[in-house]
Parts: sequence; C-alpha cells; structure tokens
Amino acid sequence: MRADGAIPVWPEAISAHADSVDALAIGFFALIWTLALPIGFAIVWFGWRYRRLNEDVDRKQRHHGLTWLELSWMIVPFLLALVFFTWSALLFRDLHRPPADAREVYAIGLQWMWKFEHPGGQREINTLHVPAGEPVRVIMNSQDVIHSLYLPELRIKQDVVPGRTTSLWFRADDPGSYSLRCAEYCGVSHSRMVGELVVMAPAAFEAWLAGTEAGLPLARAGEALFRELGCSGCHGANAAVRAPGLADLYRRPVPLASGETVIADERYLTDSILMPESQVVAGYEPVMPSFQDVVTESELVALVAYIKSLSGREGERE
Amino acid sequence: MTDPSQERPSRSENFWTARETALSWFLTTDHKRVAVLYALTLIATFALGSVGAAIVRLELITPAGDLVSAEAYNRAFTLHGIVMVFFFLVPLIPATLGNFLLPLMLGAKDLAFPRLNLASWYVFVIGAGLAVAAIAMGGLETGWTFYTPLSSVYADGYVTLAILGVFVSGFASIFTGINFIVTTHTLRAPGMGWFQMPLFVWGMYATSLVMVLATPVLAVTLLLVIAERAFGIGVFDPAIGGDPLLFQHLFWFYSHPAVYIMILPALGVMSELVTAGSHNRIFGYRFVAFSSIAIAVLSFLVWGHHMFTSGQSMYGGIVFSFLSFLVAVPSAVKAYNWAATLYKGRITLNTPFLYALSFIGLFVFGGLTGLVLASIAVDVHVHDTYFVVAHFHYIMVGAAVTAFMGGLHFWWPKITGRLFNESLGRFSAVMLFLGFNLTFFPQFVLGYLGMPRRYHEYDPDLQIWNVLSSAGVPMLAVGYGLPLLYLGWSLKIGEKAGRNPWNAAGLEWTTTSPPPEHNFPEPPEWEGPAYPYPVGETEEPQVQEEAQPKPEREA
Ligand code: HEM
Ligand SMILES: [Cu+2]
Repeated sequence: MRADGAIPVWPEAISAHADSVDALAIGFFALIWTLALPIGFAIVWFGWRYRRLNEDVDRKQRHHGLTWLELSWMIVPFLLALVFFTWSALLFRDLHRPPADAREVYAIGLQWMWKFEHPGGQREINTLHVPAGEPVRVIMNSQDVIHSLYLPELRIKQDVVPGRTTSLWFRADDPGSYSLRCAEYCGVSHSRMVGELVVMAPAAFEAWLAGTEAGLPLARAGEALFRELGCSGCHGANAAVRAPGLADLYRRPVPLASGETVIADERYLTDSILMPESQVVAGYEPVMPSFQDVVTESELVALVAYIKSLSGREGERE
Repeated sequence: MTDPSQERPSRSENFWTARETALSWFLTTDHKRVAVLYALTLIATFALGSVGAAIVRLELITPAGDLVSAEAYNRAFTLHGIVMVFFFLVPLIPATLGNFLLPLMLGAKDLAFPRLNLASWYVFVIGAGLAVAAIAMGGLETGWTFYTPLSSVYADGYVTLAILGVFVSGFASIFTGINFIVTTHTLRAPGMGWFQMPLFVWGMYATSLVMVLATPVLAVTLLLVIAERAFGIGVFDPAIGGDPLLFQHLFWFYSHPAVYIMILPALGVMSELVTAGSHNRIFGYRFVAFSSIAIAVLSFLVWGHHMFTSGQSMYGGIVFSFLSFLVAVPSAVKAYNWAATLYKGRITLNTPFLYALSFIGLFVFGGLTGLVLASIAVDVHVHDTYFVVAHFHYIMVGAAVTAFMGGLHFWWPKITGRLFNESLGRFSAVMLFLGFNLTFFPQFVLGYLGMPRRYHEYDPDLQIWNVLSSAGVPMLAVGYGLPLLYLGWSLKIGEKAGRNPWNAAGLEWTTTSPPPEHNFPEPPEWEGPAYPYPVGETEEPQVQEEAQPKPEREA
C-alpha cells in the first residue's frame, strides 16, 4: 500500500513512450478477453446444456470437424494478434533510434551499485539526475556480471553486459523522483542494486550540474590516459607505427579487412580497445595489443569519451 | 450375463503383485513399474522444490529481507527453480503417465527398449542425487538459468556439482524420447494407423522429438560452463575473450523448447480428459494432432524472445517477436477444439473433467499473457519482472501440473484398480484452481508495477499484492496435498474399479485394472477411428458410423 493508503494498481507513466506502452498493454487486455471469452462461454453453455442427465437435447448429427470453422479460428485470432505485433514492433523501433541531440550519460553497473558519470565530470552513485523534456541517452558498461538498468516509470530496461556497450534513451516529462532498479539477477545483493531517477526542470538541472563537484571531465581524463597508456605512440600524428587516425572517427563507417563495413559507435570503439584483432581496419596490420586487462571499466569509458570528443560530433547522429 | 467390465485380475495377473521381491522392482523392465518408480521419485523432488517456494513466499510477505539472509533467499529460489524445472516438470508427464500409458494405448506389450527405460530412471536418480548433494552441502545462488559470467566466474556454492546433476539427468530425457519415438513407430496394434492413435500419443511423440533434439544442446552448454569454471577456457567470460550472450542463446535454445516438453504432454492428456468427460469424439482430430507437431517445430524458433533486452540486434528482436506470435495459432486450435468437443456431448462433471476445465482456463490465460510478452515493446517493460514469473507459472504449473493431476485421477483406477473418493477429488480440484489464481494472479500486477523477479527486498508500496500472493500458498498446499491422502487411502479402502469405470474409449481400458505384467492377455487389434464414442451406455446412433475397438465389441 502507498503512504496515502491507496492500493497501487498501475504504475505512473512519465514519458510519451510509457503512455504508448500502457495503451498497447490495455489494448492487449481487450484482445485477451475477445479471444478467451468465446471459449469460456462455449464451455459453460455446452457444459450445462449437454450434461449427462439432460435427456432433452438432440445429440444426433454430431460433427467431428469442420474445416471452415477450424480455419476461421486459426486465421482470425492470428490477424488480430498481428495488429498488436506491428504496433509493438514500431514502438520498439523508436526505442532503438535516439534523437541526434540526446544528452549523454555514462553508466557502469557493478556488484552492487550503479555509477553514473555526466560528460562534465559530475559523478553520482545509485542516483541519476536528468533534465525533464530533453532526450537523454545512457551509455552502459558492466564491470563484472550482467545487470539490467530498469526504469519502470519510463517502461524501459536494457541489459548491461560485460564486454559490450549497450545504451538506452528516454525523454522524461514530469519532474520528480522515480525508481531505478537492476532487473537482471546479478548475485547476492541484486535486490539492493536500486536507486533513484531524479527528473528536474531544465533550469534546475543546469543549476544542479553547476553546483555539483565535477571530477576531470571524462574526455579530458581520457586524453590523459591516451598518453599514459601509450595509445598516442601509434595513433598520434607523428607516430612511428602506422595506425588509423582517430580524429573524426566516431559515427563514421569503417571498412574492415574482412570486407565488412561497420559504424564506429561506442560498441565498436570499446571492442577495438579490448579485442583489436576481432575488427581490423582495412589496410592496417593487426599489431595493436589488447587492453583487456590493462584498463578498468571507467578508464575505458573515459577513453571512448575522448575519442568521441575528437570528432567534434559528440552526440550527433545521422 | 456377467458384466465383463467388472471382472478383476487375479494376483498373478496384476503387474503390482506379479513379482513379489523388492529387487524385482529395482531390476524391472516393465514400463508400468518404471512409471511407478519415477512417480515416487518425483513426489520427493516436488516436496523439495516446494520447500524452496515456501521460503520464497514466506520471505516476501514483508518488504524487508528479514526472514532469511539475502544469500539464503537466493539459494532458496535457485533450489526451487532447478528442482522444479529439471527434476520435476521435465520428466513429470512423460516419465509417469507416458511410461505407463504409451504401450497400453498402442496395444503393445512394453516399450521398444525396456532396459533403456529402466536405465533412464537410474540416470535420472543419479542426476537428481548430484543436485541434491549440491543443495545439501549448502546450495548455490545462480538461479536455474545459470547465466554467465555470474555462474562461471562470480558465484559461490556448489555450482559445478548442481550443473553436473542437470547434465546427467538430461540423458534420462534423451533415453525416454528415443524409446517413445521408436515405440510409436514400431509397436502400434494391428489396424492402428497414425491417425487412429490417441492424441495423448501424438503429444508424447511431439514431446519426444523435442527432448531428443534439444537436450543435447543443453548438455553441451552445461559442459562448457563447467569447463569455464574449472579451466577458464574463455567461451562465455568476456574478460578472457568470451561472449556472455552466447550462453543465453545456447541456454534458451534448449530451455524454450523445454517449456514445450512440459506443456505438450499436458495438451495430450487434455484431449483424453475432454473426450472422455464429454463422451464425444474430439473435434478436428487431425488439426489437434498436427498442432502438437507444429508447436514442437515452432518451439525451436523462438528462443530469442527471452533476450529482447539483452542487447541483441533490433531486427533480431522483431523477427523473434513475430515467430513467437505464430505459436498462438496451434495453441488456439487446441483450446477452441476442446470447447467444440463438448458440443452435443454427454458431459459428466467428475474430478478429471473438473481438472480439465481448470486446465483450459489456466492454459488460455497463460498463453494469452505469453502474447503480451511476445510483443516486444511491452516485454521491454515486464521482462524479468513478476509478470514473467506469473506467466510461466500459469503455463508450467497451472497448466502442466493441473493436467497431470487430472490425468492421475483419470487413470488412477487403471493404475491401481481402485476408485478414489469423488467428493474429496472435486473439492481438491476446486481448491487448486482457486489457490493457484490467488497465488499467481497478483504477480501479474506486481510485474506491471515494476517488481523485478529474484528480489529479496522490495518497495513497501507493493506489499499488499505480495501478501495476497503468499496467502494463496496454503490453499495450493491443500490442493496438492489432499490428493496424496485420499488417493493413498483409496489403495486400502477404495471401491474396486473394473476395466473401464468411466466408459472411456481407448485400448488401455480394454485390459484389466491394474493391467497384467504384459498388458493384454491377447494382443489387441484396432478398428475404426480414434475415440469411438459412445462407449458402454446406450446412446442415439450417430450419423457417422462408429466402430468399436475389437475387444469391447466382443464383450
Ligand atoms: C506453492 C506454490 C509456488 C509458489 C508460491 C512459487 C513461487 C515462486 C516465486 C515467488 C518465484 C520467483 C523467484 C524469483 O525468481 O524471485 C518462483 C520461481 C519459479 N517457480 Fe515457483 N512457486 C510455486 C510453485 C511452483 C511450482 C509447483 C513450480 C513447478 C512445478 C514452480 C516453478 C518455478 C520456477 C521454474 C521458477 C523460476 C526460478 C528462477 O527464477 O530461478 N513453482 N516461484
Ligand atoms: Cu545488478
């Protein structure tokens, strides 16, 4: 029961997407009843009318199958269901198309907490502040096992998988404080991996950003690492080894030695740092060492942020 | 004239008493005795799995994690999941009712490979023993899904031992599947073509195909997890170049079909109960038969719907969503055809039929909520919440276990030669239905409200629904426990049953109850269609001529 004594029956919805998911879910309840009620009625009615002791009914002319009837109850429910399939597939597609101007936040999941980092270097744990009415894209990595960032009031979740970069985006409309949970079982304290999503009016959010102590901004931290780890020795302007330049790389198509072409998104950048052999750029030797055991998850995030900053196209999307 | 349906077998003609020593049970190759061995084993595993469920539901009465520690809680639901799935639900109907009935329904003396059948029980017991040992030594906290790298790198406890147990017991499934397939192909009574077989046999056949094709994938996957734990070979662990999602693909490639290993036999039982309860031929025999095969085939194509939020590609997700919607078609065929079978029937609302009706309700509701999960945008919200827990319990427990209970009551007189107390039977069936819905319906609400599964603590706002859910458990306990008592009593005090107390059609009802060691005094033959109702009672002639199975007609 809620503090005010009301019994919760429906979760709050704080985004247009959440409203659409609710509409779809309610449509589904209608569909369920449409398909199930005929069965229920038929069973009760036949069950009563054709009970053994009722001798007043005609049991002659029994049918043992009618092809048109069979086909009709295969096809009609299926077509109805297809409407719902299409509806929900379209909604799902939107979830995978973040707007170009989405504000980016980095998240790292680990046993058992959520770490968030804003591009300006503001860090928070188990709480995520975002501006209302603006698209926000959360870019996620896991430091150990699989977690899943779940924002029920937005009706979205996305697994956070070690060794890959995943992301989700949303546009929360109503300022307030909402739940943030881990939905993929991740070990003993799974149910404690919970926190708060704080949606603030844009001005309040800017004030919050300004008033929060910031570490080195991510891209700057990444730049320092880039030198420290020796990346610049190969990828730098006057490097001795021939390695692909990284300026202007983010979101560009990259031709691979295998003949494929990939878009250089966060996932590609991460993979190239951790598993360089898996995607060799066309025309280059596979000489880059793996940084798998060299960088921590947060260093990796910083490196990726630095490479993104080089293209000056941060957050942009075609 | 003496009524032949009342004649009873003498002691030596009855499979229970034909051989007296305890050893004769452990070395038996009689499919009926193997079925009994399996049934006793499964009662034990069900009890163990229920302990896990009870701890989970007791803990969740309050939002704080106060009854047991987080670790103990996680071990309890892992115990519950592993035992219920691998050591109870998967073998439940095939190894008990299937083992007992398949040869009887086909008119065969035994299964094609009687010794393989006994071996499957031993293998199963060894596998279960390993898993129980793991639990007795302290258990594990990976969940029954063993997701990597949690299970391969991070989890404590006896993960390797438990996985080994599941691995070993997989061979029991494979043995049973092979045995059923060969038996169905080669040992049908003369005159019984594929489309004269009872639909239970079709259900078992489809199940066997899935068991034989899917189980090896699980076996390989589990071996890889063991190897990863022991030698760090880097298949699933990204830190050494592996892919955690590869595990999920492999795991669900088995475990989604596994759900159909649980439900296809139940659908088969249902066709028997509905036809016998309404004394009518099944409506649309071929459609119902083929729908079992269609479900079995589709079950291999939809595993990706467990991974909509895993980070697989967007188009991958949409394709899996579409394929999952296809499963609705053969499932709808079943439900509508059962309803149509009642039309112009001669219906008795006895215990097996009550279970059948309750099954249809739970199956339809579980199936339709499955459509909700298949629609990808809604699933993103409810995936890994209690909505999913509710959905799979409606199918795996509500439907599959209810069908088993109905089948157990229906064939009890055949198996034991005794009738049970009908009023207690009806009472339990109703309790089970009410208790089930009270336990699991609130979990749909909890899931949509956003309560993730496998939570030891939760938002206090959600307590009311958790309390309701836990309140259903005592009713469920009565629903599952009471039959144990009155069925047990019936062995001593039950009225003797005769060959065919329900006036049902099917070869199994033409032999004595309990059947003799080799099933039939003389090899039976079959004529005419499946389900040649009416049987026994005089009824109006039907439009289509109905043939009787031979022994009945001679009687
Ligand atoms: C007394 C009745 C039962 C109750 C109250 C109950 C309760 C639960 C709950 C609360 C969970 C979720 C645990 C979690 O993941 O957080 C669960 C999981 C599960 N239950 Fe049950 N259950 C019951 C009976 C059964 C039965 C009879 C079966 C099978 C025949 C079954 C099979 C499962 C399975 C396979 C899981 C998944 C475990 C996992 O997620 O690791 N349950 N059950
Ligand atoms: Cu987590």
